[in-house]
Amino acid sequence: MSRSPVTKSRPREGFSRRDFLTRGASIALSTPLVAGAGVAEPVSPAADVQILGPGKVPITLRINGTRQNLSVEPRVTLLDALRNYLDYTGAKKVCDRATCGSCTVILGGKMVYSCSVLAIEAQGKDITTVEGLSANGKLAPIQAAFVENDAQQCGFCTPGFVVACKAFLDKHPSPTLADVEKGLGGNLCRCGTYAGVRQAVLAAANTMRGGQKNG
Amino acid sequence: MAEYNWPEASKRSLIGKRISRLDGPEKVSGKAKYTYDLKRPGMLYGKMVRCPHAHAKVSSIDTSAAEKMPGVKAVKIIQDPGSEIQWAGDGVVVVAATEEHLAEDAARAVKVTYEVLPHLVREEDLSKAGDRAKPAAEKVAGDPTKAFSEAEVVSEGTYSIAVITHCCLESHGQITEWEGDKLNVFPSTQAVTGIGGEFVKALGIPATNVRVRMNHVGGGFGSKFNADRWGIEGARLAKLAGQPVKIMLERDAELMVAGGRPSSFAKIKMGAKKDGTITAWESNSWGTGGPGGAGMPPLPYVWQIPNQRMNHTGVATNIGPARAWRAPNHPQACFLTMSAIEDLAAALKMDPLEICLKNISLLGPRASLYQEELLKGAEIIEWKRKWHLRGDTTAGHIKRGLGLSMHTWGGAPHNSECRVTINPDGSVSAELASQDLGTGTRTVIAIVAAETLGLPIEAVKVNIGDSAYPPSGGSGGSTTVGGVSSSTRRAAADALDAIFKAVAPALNADPANLEAAGGKIQVKGDASKSMTWQQACARLGVKPIRANGKQPDPAKGSLASSGVAGIQMAEVTVDTETGIVKIEKLVSVQDMGLIIDAKTAESQIYGALIMGVCYALYEEKIMDQATGRMLNPNMEFYKLAGIGDIGTLVVHLMTGQEQDARGVIGLGEPPVVSPGAAISNAVANAIGVRVPSLPITPDRVLTAMEKKGGLT
Repeated sequence: MSRSPVTKSRPREGFSRRDFLTRGASIALSTPLVAGAGVAEPVSPAADVQILGPGKVPITLRINGTRQNLSVEPRVTLLDALRNYLDYTGAKKVCDRATCGSCTVILGGKMVYSCSVLAIEAQGKDITTVEGLSANGKLAPIQAAFVENDAQQCGFCTPGFVVACKAFLDKHPSPTLADVEKGLGGNLCRCGTYAGVRQAVLAAANTMRGGQKNG
Repeated sequence: MAEYNWPEASKRSLIGKRISRLDGPEKVSGKAKYTYDLKRPGMLYGKMVRCPHAHAKVSSIDTSAAEKMPGVKAVKIIQDPGSEIQWAGDGVVVVAATEEHLAEDAARAVKVTYEVLPHLVREEDLSKAGDRAKPAAEKVAGDPTKAFSEAEVVSEGTYSIAVITHCCLESHGQITEWEGDKLNVFPSTQAVTGIGGEFVKALGIPATNVRVRMNHVGGGFGSKFNADRWGIEGARLAKLAGQPVKIMLERDAELMVAGGRPSSFAKIKMGAKKDGTITAWESNSWGTGGPGGAGMPPLPYVWQIPNQRMNHTGVATNIGPARAWRAPNHPQACFLTMSAIEDLAAALKMDPLEICLKNISLLGPRASLYQEELLKGAEIIEWKRKWHLRGDTTAGHIKRGLGLSMHTWGGAPHNSECRVTINPDGSVSAELASQDLGTGTRTVIAIVAAETLGLPIEAVKVNIGDSAYPPSGGSGGSTTVGGVSSSTRRAAADALDAIFKAVAPALNADPANLEAAGGKIQVKGDASKSMTWQQACARLGVKPIRANGKQPDPAKGSLASSGVAGIQMAEVTVDTETGIVKIEKLVSVQDMGLIIDAKTAESQIYGALIMGVCYALYEEKIMDQATGRMLNPNMEFYKLAGIGDIGTLVVHLMTGQEQDARGVIGLGEPPVVSPGAAISNAVANAIGVRVPSLPITPDRVLTAMEKKGGLT
C-alpha cells in the first residue's frame, strides 16, 4: 500500500527539528540510563528562539485568503484549530496520526496532513482547505468530476481526497492511471470509492487541460 | 384511484437512469455537516477513561485530581467499583471539559485500579477455549454417513476468516443536549427513528422528549444502530454539566470497541461422484464475536447439498462485542463453502465453473438466474480462455489465477412512512425520519417522488435525518431502498391524485383521465389540454396537499421484494518470491430487481468489491493473548486497501423486464459477500495450493507454498 510522504517546509519560528533534537539530547544527558558515547553535547537554546506555551497563545492563520485570529495552546494541531476553534470542518479527523489523509489541506503550496502540523507552525503561510476550492459557489473541476463520477459514498474521506487530488493535479496535469494510483496512495476510503476517484481525477485533468486527450 | 405500480420502462424519465447523488456538491465542497462537525452553544468535549485489561473487576476509582483540572465541568463514574469488565477499552469514567485536550488531560488524571481476571482473546485453537467453548446441537439432513461411504471422491480442508472491525471513518459518537427536560441527540447513526427509544428507556423520559437529528453519517456498515454506552452516559454527563457534551470515539477506541465481525473457522469435508455431482457435506465450525460467542454462519452456503452434517461451537472471548457487519454471517459462510467447493473441484481436476453448472439444481429457486450470471461473468472475465488447472505452470515467479464465488441476500423492504407535501407555489417536499449512509438514499427518494409527479429531480426537496419526520426503519440489511421507495411512491401517488382532483374541472376532464409528465398536468393522450405544474399548484389556494405513504400497505400492492443471487469472479497474480497478491480484475454480476438509480447502484457494488479486497487481503483485528489487547488499533497496521490495490473492477447490473417485475430489492449487502471467496480461490488457482486463512497476507502465502513443497 503506497503512501505519499507528508512534505512540509522547515518552520521559520518556534521549534525547529534541530532545536528539538538538541534539547532532547540535553534531557537525555541528565538521565544516566541513556547517557553514553555518541550523545551530542548539550546546547543552550538559541537566543532567537521564542518559547511559547504551555498556556494559550494568540495566533493568526491565513485560511483561504482570510486572516483568522485565535488563541490556542501550542499543542493544538492545525486540524483541531480548523475544526474546534474555527468552523472549517471540511478537513476530517479520522486516524489523527498522518495515515489516512482525511485531514489533507494545502499549506504554503504543499499538501499536508493537518492532524500532524501544529497550528502555531502554520502561521505565515497560506492555508487552503476544501472550503477554499470552490469560488463563488462554483465547484472546481476536480469537485465537479467527483460528483459526476460518483467518487463518494458516505463522503467522510471525500474532502481530504478532493484536496489531495487538487494538489496532485497541480503538479501532474497529465497523469496516467498508474500516476493516479501512486500519487493518491496517501488517502484511505472505507466505503470503497476508489473506482470513482480514479475516473474523476482523469476526467478533471482532461477538463483542466481544456478537454484534450489524456496522455 | 391513484396509480401505485412502478411505471413501465418506456414511461420512466428518472427511474433506472444514471443520476448523480444530490448531496454530492455539498460533500465535495466540505459543506456537508456530519455529527463530528457539529458544535452546539456551550458545548463541552467528553472523553472516556478506558479499561486497559481484557477482563477485570474495577477495584477503586479516584476522580478527585481530574475534577480540579482546568476546564473540567463534570466527571462521572459509569462503572462502579465491583463492576466486571469484559473487554479492553470499555469505558469506566467519563469527563467533560471546555476543550478537547483538557478533557483528555482530565481523563488521564483519573486513577482506576483493577483486579485482573483471566482472559481469552484468541480462538483459533479450540482446545484452549475450555468452558468458553459452547457447542450447539448437531444439525443433520439426509444421510451423510451413507453419502460419504458411497462418495467416489472426498475432499477435506480447514479454513478460517479473521475477526475484522468496521473502522468507520467517522467514529461513533454524538452530541447530547438538554433543553429543560427535553433531550436533543445528534448521533452518528444508521437509525434516526430507532435510536431515540434507547435514550427513552435508559433515561426514563417520555418518548416525546427525545429528538434525534443527523444530516450525514461517515460510515456505519452495520455498527451504528445503538445508542451505546457513550451515548447514554453522554446524555447523563450533559445533564450533570448543564451543558451539551460531544463524545466522538478516538481512532483506537473505534477499532477496539465499536465494531467487530465474528471470525469463522471450519474443518470441512465434501463428497462427490467422479463426474462432479456433489453429494455430501460435513462441517465442524467455530468462531467468536466477543463475549457472546458466535452463531453458526449459514453452512453450507447457497448450495442445498442433499446430505449434510454440521457442528458448530461458539467461543466467548474478551475482544469487544460483535456488531452486524454488512451481510452478517454471509461473507464467512461464503468463504468457507466456496473454498471447499473449489478444493473439491481441484481434487477432481475439474473446472469449478463446470462443477457449479453441473450442480446448478442445488441452488434452489434462483438456479437459472445463477446460471445466467455465471455465464455472463465467465464471458466478461474470459474464463474459458484464462482458466487453468490448479497451479500456474508458466515460467517465472508471477503466477496468475482465476476464482469464482456466488452469494445471496434478502433485502426485503423495511417499514417506512413518507410525507409528501405539494405547496401552492409548486414546491414539493418528501419527509422521512430515514438516513443516507452514502448509499444514495436521498437521491432515491427524490427520483421516486419526481418520477411520480412528472417533475425534474431538482423540484423535490428531500428532508431526512430528523425524528420529527414520519418514522422509517434503520438502514441495515439492504432494507432501506425498498422501504423508502415504496413509501415515497405511495405518498407521491396519493398527492398527485389530490392535485388531479383539484385541477380536473379547469381541464374539463375526469381526474382519472389525467397524467403528470414533463412538468405538466395533462389529459391522457391529449397534450393540448394541459397546464403547467405551477399553474396547477396555484389552484390549491392557500392549502398545501399533504399525503402519507406507507410500507407495507397491502391494499396498495407490492413495490418491492427480496432474495437476490449474484456471482463474482476474480483474476489475481501472486508473486511467489514475496507472497504479495495483486488484484488484476474483479467482475461482479448482480441482480437487484428494479433499479432506481443505476449510478449509485454501481457505486454500491464498486464499494463492496473494494471492501472485499480489504478483508480478503489486509484486514484483521489482531489480538495478543499475553496482554489481552488489540495490537493494531490504528490505521497503519489495521490495513485497508489503497487506491492502487484494487485492480480493474467490472460491474454488470442485471436489467430488463424480468428484473423490473420483481420490484425493488436492496443491494447494499449482496456484493460484499463473495470477494473473499473469489479472491482466495483465484490465489489457490494461481499458486497451486490453498492459503487457508483470510486475510491472505504475504507470510500466509509463503507458508502455504512451503507446506506444499514450493513451486512444483
